[in-house]
Amino acid sequence: MPTPYDALIIGGGHNGLVAAAYLARAGKKVLVLERRPVLGGAAVTEELYPGFKYTVFSYVVSLLRPEIIRDLELARHGLTILPLPSTFTPLPNGDYLAAWDDHDATRREIHRHSPHDAEAYDDYGRQMFRMAMAVKPILSMVPPDPTSLSPNDLFGLLKLGGHAAGLTQADFYNLAKLMTMSAADLLDEWFECAPLKGTKSASGIIGTFLGPRSPGTAYVLLHHYMGEIDGAFRAWGFAKGGTGGISQAIASAARALGVEIRTEAPVAQVIVKNGRAAGVALANGDEIYARYVLSSLDPQRTFLKLVDPAQLPGDFVDAIRRFKIRGSSGKVNLALDALPNFTAQPLPASGDSPLHRGAVSISPSVDYIERAYDQAKYGHFARRPYIDCIFPSVIDPAMAPPGKHVMSCFVQYAPYELEGGWNDAQREAFGDAVVDTLAEYAPNLKQIILHRQVLTPVDIEQTTGLTQGNIFQGDLALHQLFFLRPVAQWAQYRTPLANFWQCGSGTHPGGGIMGASGRLAALELLKAWR
Amino acid sequence: MLRGTPFHTRTAPLNQTQSWRRWAGCLAAGSYELSPEREYWAVRNSAALFDISPLYKYLITGPDAARLLNRVVTRDVGRCAVGQVLYTPWCDAAGKVLDDGTLARLDEQTYRLTAADPNLRWLSQNAAGLQVTITDISASTAALALQGPFSREILAQIAPPEVRQLKYFRLIQTTVGGVPAAVSRTGYTGDLGYEIWTEAGHAERLWDALLAAGRPYGLAPAGILALDIARVEAGLLLLEVDYQSARHALIEAQKSSPYELGLGWAVALDKGGFVGRAALQAEQARGPAWQFVGLAVEWDNLERLYAAEGLPPQLPAVTQRTSVPVAALGQQVGYATSLVWSPLLKQFIALAHLESARAQPDSLVMLEVTVQHHRRYTPARVVKLPFFDPERKRQ
Repeated sequence: MPTPYDALIIGGGHNGLVAAAYLARAGKKVLVLERRPVLGGAAVTEELYPGFKYTVFSYVVSLLRPEIIRDLELARHGLTILPLPSTFTPLPNGDYLAAWDDHDATRREIHRHSPHDAEAYDDYGRQMFRMAMAVKPILSMVPPDPTSLSPNDLFGLLKLGGHAAGLTQADFYNLAKLMTMSAADLLDEWFECAPLKGTKSASGIIGTFLGPRSPGTAYVLLHHYMGEIDGAFRAWGFAKGGTGGISQAIASAARALGVEIRTEAPVAQVIVKNGRAAGVALANGDEIYARYVLSSLDPQRTFLKLVDPAQLPGDFVDAIRRFKIRGSSGKVNLALDALPNFTAQPLPASGDSPLHRGAVSISPSVDYIERAYDQAKYGHFARRPYIDCIFPSVIDPAMAPPGKHVMSCFVQYAPYELEGGWNDAQREAFGDAVVDTLAEYAPNLKQIILHRQVLTPVDIEQTTGLTQGNIFQGDLALHQLFFLRPVAQWAQYRTPLANFWQCGSGTHPGGGIMGASGRLAALELLKAWR
Repeated sequence: MLRGTPFHTRTAPLNQTQSWRRWAGCLAAGSYELSPEREYWAVRNSAALFDISPLYKYLITGPDAARLLNRVVTRDVGRCAVGQVLYTPWCDAAGKVLDDGTLARLDEQTYRLTAADPNLRWLSQNAAGLQVTITDISASTAALALQGPFSREILAQIAPPEVRQLKYFRLIQTTVGGVPAAVSRTGYTGDLGYEIWTEAGHAERLWDALLAAGRPYGLAPAGILALDIARVEAGLLLLEVDYQSARHALIEAQKSSPYELGLGWAVALDKGGFVGRAALQAEQARGPAWQFVGLAVEWDNLERLYAAEGLPPQLPAVTQRTSVPVAALGQQVGYATSLVWSPLLKQFIALAHLESARAQPDSLVMLEVTVQHHRRYTPARVVKLPFFDPERKRQ
């Protein structure tokens, strides 16, 4: 049987495309198969209302690995990351807390709420910076298996050990705390101001089915601190054209390297011959063969839907079934006739409002977010959820007609398993809860909505294929990270099925538009190539 | 928008450059005139008036105020009389310098500490269990530095005669231009000079009175460019330029101990426990790895390097604040952090960190200079600081 392709990649999300590009860069003939008409997975921009472009699912970027930007020359392929300079947290009492892109301005703003926190904020920032420096090299490393005696694993462990030895004692203790604490407990050690703690804690719960008081959320907070843009840690940006712009740039780089990409080509099954993956069967019955097959889909979809379980060891299938991949968030995208006017800082007559250039965070306190979580824990969506909003059209005017705007609202918590199940009425009620919450801070919102797209976790799952609509392809919990991601012994992108590899963010180092999983999987496969 | 100081209504119209620098989140004039030259000479030849309000200022009061401060700073606060001022650094537990400033004892149980960085949190953390109140008076206190040979005369025009008797590093509560103020004989220029502290609400009256009284003596409002030249001549450190706070440092090599900054004289190891004492004791016993010294560039060779390119020597007219390597026998042995041409001393001078073995006064090291885009090394002599120390400063 001739195998026209060296590698075949299931899923045209950013990790699939990155893996394809790296393999093609090494001279391999690669085909990417995408189920949808549009490339990018959860990083897509779509015009669902004429003239208004929604950054449908993911909406900001920070974690995209700089080595990928360099290696694939993404800037040349159109990647443009625009600054997202501030975070504005409106408060129920009409006040607000803001973090601007200037140290002095932010310090003064926090000082207004708490002189103590203004100083703690700097010390905290430096500490998180050191922690991020300590952990960051792990993002570019294939996780060594600590139980293995293979030279590669031993070398990896040695590197890791050497790295830990470079930490000061204080840094090491702090890292141990970050790995185990809840975001709320960590922040309580530093701050007293409720909106500051609320807003900071939000980074610890995004994409997880955990509340800010759940242990382990401090690590997620650090995960979000490791983003870097142009060498600056924890800078967040907005990709020109929405996150679909990132996918387009990676796809363009991949094509330039010779990658073939087919859209509207859903894969039904991985074809196994002689105990090895040999290719895939498409939903339309076509069979395509390749030397290696890589799946960028999440671990449950990859191993429970695409592969015949009989081809996999029972304990492995069982571990994948137990892999935590819980949906906890939804998304509301709005087309607006004007900008929402926040009571806490009304739009000036000029219309030029600094707060709209950055994020608006509905996170007045840790209690507020924890209460939202409580509702989700017992099967309801939060009536007053945590919401992270941006206004893409303010940053990139091409996202909406002149003078009009799009607003992207990431919403948590919305449980995948809603009591009574999700249906159209529930979806609209969820959308109403989001708009009602926002309208408490920006009363004109309801009058300026031209079009609204509400995405529940079930919608996210159905559109993108992400199991339960989990944005990270699996919870970022300590028991599912590094050499345990997705499961012990299979964290090095291989699978129990020969010639079948995984390259999605369900593998180390995990989610966010990082691309590291795709890159590391490709590099590891190239090393193992036979 | 950055905040103006309490003097902003007065300083803004004088600022001909239409540009401001940042100092602790406040607007600070680099120079008022288009060139800082006259402002520099006012410091050394007549008198200059600096707005130093951006300094962080803390009032520490209560029965345990001295105990708290003794625990934090390295000087012996027990030996600070009412009306006395101490210059002091303070350290973390590893004996690395966090910040430096002046500590003034205002009365039995009240001290005012100035700092380059915010320190409310550090002071509060160390005050656990102590009967002490720490108040951030940074914004509510306005401060001016009146510096230069005529500063005493100017001050005496508008203050009670006792200001004439005020000794070096002493402070009195008095009035200046009819405004209640504390006057300390301190400064950041190494010259005769005073610092005047008052309520922010009195700022404008104080400024007007000083400017009017100073006019016959050639008083010039001066910005931080002039100050930056004077303080190098005086061998005075600047945080985040000459050293990094241990609080900001990302790696150990960025931290310095007081001994490494030439501040060993300000460490009272015998005063009892304080933050960093054990580490400092050990360091004192083994000797510091670095010394903070002055460098005076040897003229002849510098002139030759430029002459070879057909140029006269190009000298920094304002303080250059980028780190410059210093070598000896082809090996890097240190780095200079502040470099400037001293118009007064007629010397190209620098503040530098040298490995202790290379820091003998009068020995020669090689300073990197860029001559017509080419990297060169030129000899510089190690000088004990300060470069400039006039008798009038103490008299």
